Parts: sequence; C-alpha cells; structure tokens
Amino acid sequence: MAKFSVPSNLAVSESGFLFVPSSGETFTLNEIGSEIFMMLKKGSEDKEIFETVVDSYDIDLYTFEKDFSDFITQLKNHKLIKEL
Amino acid sequence: MTKRRYERPVITKHHSGFMNKFGNSPVSVPKTEIDGVAVKKLTEEYGSPLFVISEKQIRQNYKNLFRIFRSRYPKIQMTWSYKTNYLNAVCSVFHNEGAWAEVVSAFEYDRARKLGIRGENIIFNGPDKDENALIRAIEEKAKIHIDHFDELYQIIELAEKMGKQAQVAIRVNMDVGIYPKWDRFGFNYENGEATEALRRIAINKNLKLIGLHTHIGTYMMSTEAYRTGASKLVHLANLLKSQFGLVLDYIDMGGGLPSYNTLKGQYLQAEELLPTLEQYADAITAPFFELNYSSDEMPTLFLENGRVLIDDAGFLITQVLANKRLSDGKRAIIIDGGVNILFTSFWYKHKISPAQQTSVHTENAAIYGPLCMNIDCIREDIVLPTLKKGDQLVVHHVGAYNVTQWMQFITLRPNVVMVMEDGSVELIRKSEDLDYIMSLESIPAKLQTGVK
Repeated sequence: MAKFSVPSNLAVSESGFLFVPSSGETFTLNEIGSEIFMMLKKGSEDKEIFETVVDSYDIDLYTFEKDFSDFITQLKNHKLIKEL
Repeated sequence: MTKRRYERPVITKHHSGFMNKFGNSPVSVPKTEIDGVAVKKLTEEYGSPLFVISEKQIRQNYKNLFRIFRSRYPKIQMTWSYKTNYLNAVCSVFHNEGAWAEVVSAFEYDRARKLGIRGENIIFNGPDKDENALIRAIEEKAKIHIDHFDELYQIIELAEKMGKQAQVAIRVNMDVGIYPKWDRFGFNYENGEATEALRRIAINKNLKLIGLHTHIGTYMMSTEAYRTGASKLVHLANLLKSQFGLVLDYIDMGGGLPSYNTLKGQYLQAEELLPTLEQYADAITAPFFELNYSSDEMPTLFLENGRVLIDDAGFLITQVLANKRLSDGKRAIIIDGGVNILFTSFWYKHKISPAQQTSVHTENAAIYGPLCMNIDCIREDIVLPTLKKGDQLVVHHVGAYNVTQWMQFITLRPNVVMVMEDGSVELIRKSEDLDYIMSLESIPAKLQTGVK
C-alpha cells in the first residue's frame, strides 16, 4: 500500500488545469488524471484509487496498475507528489 | 451501470515561450479503415503486423501521372519499376493499366517474363546483367540499357555469335546541378564517354540504337534537375541525328519523383515542400520540343517511376506490444513491426496514425520495433495520443521498397494483402513459416549429434 503527499499550495481546476504557484509551472491533466490527482490530494491510498477507478471505468485492475505506476512516475518527475 | 470509457491518466507540462515557427503538432486522425475495410477486421483475419496495398490507390496514382504527362507530351510510355515493389499482384495492376516492365536484374527480368510480359516490353537496366540474361534479352528483343563499356562489348560479342541484332540504349549520367552527383551508373555526358559509346554503337551492325536513358537520382526535389537532364539527352539525340542520321524511338527519363513521405532532417512536411507533379512534368517535357525531329519522328517519352506511384498505396498495420518510460521520462512505444520489414524508416519520418478512436491528449514518444536491437527505431519523435497494449497503429506510405528490401530476422515476414477496388481482400503474399525457412538449409552429417 502506498500513500503520497501533494504540496498543499497546488491549484487544480475541475477541467484538469494544474498550477504550481512556487514555480509558475502549469500542466494539463486528462479527465482520469485529474480525478486521480484530486484523490491523491485528498490523501487517498493507491488501493482505494484502484478500486474507485476499476469500479467506474471500463478497465481491468492489472492494466490500470501499470498505467497508475507510469502516471505516478511522471508526477514524481515533475515534483508534484512525494511518496510517504 | 455502464462504465466510462477508459484512457490512461496523462499529465502534460506546458512550455511557454515563442511559438513553434512550424506551427502546432500534427493532430493524429485515426485511420480506422483502408478503402472501406476495417483495420481491425484485416488483422483478425490476416494477423499483425500486416502490409495492406490498395488497388484503387495504385490505379488512381497511375492514371493521374499518365494524364499529367500525356497532356504535355503526346507519346508517353510508363514502365513499372520492379525493384520498388515486385509482388506479382502489384506488377499486374500496373501492367493492367498499360505499364511495361522496368527491371534491373536477371531475377526481375525472369519475374516479368513469368507474368507474361513480352521481351520487347521490358526495359533491362542495371549494372549486373549476366551472360545468360543478356542472351535471353537479345533473343527476346528486350530493350537493353547499357551501363558500361564492358557490358557494351559483351553485348557486341554475344549478338555477333548469335547472329542477332540487340535492341539497345545507353544510360547517361550527368551533372544536373544536384549533390551528390549520380555518376556511378551509365556513361558520363560531360567527359564525352556517352558520345563515344553512342558512336561505337551507331557503327555496329549487331546493335540497334533505339533510345537514350537517364535516371538522375531518387527522391528528387528539384524540377530544374529534370529540365537539365532532359535538355542534355535532347542534345545527344540531336547529335545522333545530325552525325549518323539516327532517329531514336524513345528517350527514357527514368524515375526519381518523390512521394509524400517526409525525409529525416526535413522540418516541413513533404506535402508543403515538394513541387507538384505538374511542375515536374513541365520540366521534363519542355526540352523535348527542342528536338530536331519532324513531328512524325518524335520519340516516345519513357518514364520509370516507382515510389510516386505506389508509396501511398501501401500501409503497415502494427500493434502496440508495450508502453515504457525512457530514462528522461519520454514515452516509448514498442510495436510488433520492426525495421527489418520497414526498411524505409531509416530515412523517412513515416506518418503513423492510431487505428482506433483516441483521446485528445497527446504525448511525445519514440516508437521502437520488436527486434531486440538498438537500431530498431521506427520514429525517434512522434506526437501520439495515449495508447495501450493491443491498440493498433497504421504506418502510411510504405508501398515503395519495403516488400522488396525487407529481411527475415528473428521472426517471420508477415502477410501482404491487397484491398481490391470492389472492397474484397486478397492475400497476395503469405507469411513465411518455419518449415519454409528451414527447408533452405542443411546440417552437415557430422554436426547432427549433440545435446537434444
């Protein structure tokens, strides 16, 4: 089980626009990326995110786990999250 | 409850600064069908990867090019460049449209003959024509385009022995203002070699000089180079008439017209960069009107185009095997078609489209083949939507040179199908199998023992 921390000053709009006030950087998230990021920001653990996504999207758990892992790597590379 | 359609989660960083002077990244429009046949259906039946050739596109390309030249010069004969794609079905479409065969080896000559093309309708080019091939070509009155003096004298000797007259032309190379100069094939114009060869042919009773030939290069982006080439051949033709009273049957301007594939190193798309076919035709045909020929003597203009007629009629359907991240975070996509079957990816930035509806979110990626070799890179950089394992991609403009230059390496070469004009699909070359590959080999008796 993994949990992540998201800097509290990050601003994310519902349409997936992400702004980092400290650096001025901006990003776009797609719909599902935006939902996952919101869950991470709320403090959800990976297991909870897996269940939510597999329940609401047409996707199997293994495929989503692979994509989630890739997404988390990108967020870490952009310094948008930290693993706790 | 109906579940929502899934796509991979994606985050894209915005880059501020000056706009890219070449505009936005091209949008990937899905290519879900080829001539009305669903891509998915094609691979369900014939496997992946799969080469698909469109009969309709070939015919359309042929008719278009013929019309463009015919409307500028009345006597045109198209010849199909076998080396570009010599699958029997492909050659048959061209022959059916009226093209003769342009071959560059005994292997290709024999292929054309097996397809029923008469020798007199075969242009025999290339630096390697072995003795048997030359005997056959002389016997069958093929149009032999002589490449060098050794070949010229070999033909003189053979024709004398056979008591026949060989139908010949010479290939002429010349400075047409491009770099690098294509001077390794044929006789040079500027240093006088070409006129010397013509003089020797003109006075030999066993040779009948019927034409002049040049092929100034490949993927030629300059119309002026063609104009120069045609002018120089016209000058030689005028010389032959004034010095020997010799009137040629034809002048062969070769091929080399580019397709709408973008070369590596080109910033702009080929469509934006290349002259139109009409401009090429203007440049090639205009010098013909400087011939000192009467109207009934005017020679036929032969064309040997390959790439421009077949490239956009060929597609390669592939499937995503895996997604990866490279060390710098860049996305890498591994597909089931490698450089061994897509030889042209070494010099083209092939257009590649997803074969299914995708999200609007895109990401820069590298596309690699399955070969377990570092050189197996299909595109170093391409903007594509998110793709998952099993998604399909269509590589465009692969009709030229791939199914002739492909190589069998660690796996078997795939099926090739043709989508016919009526929408039916025909298997025109089946995939090899292991038994076929191994049937060509043998193991020496002393090596037949060992660990089993």
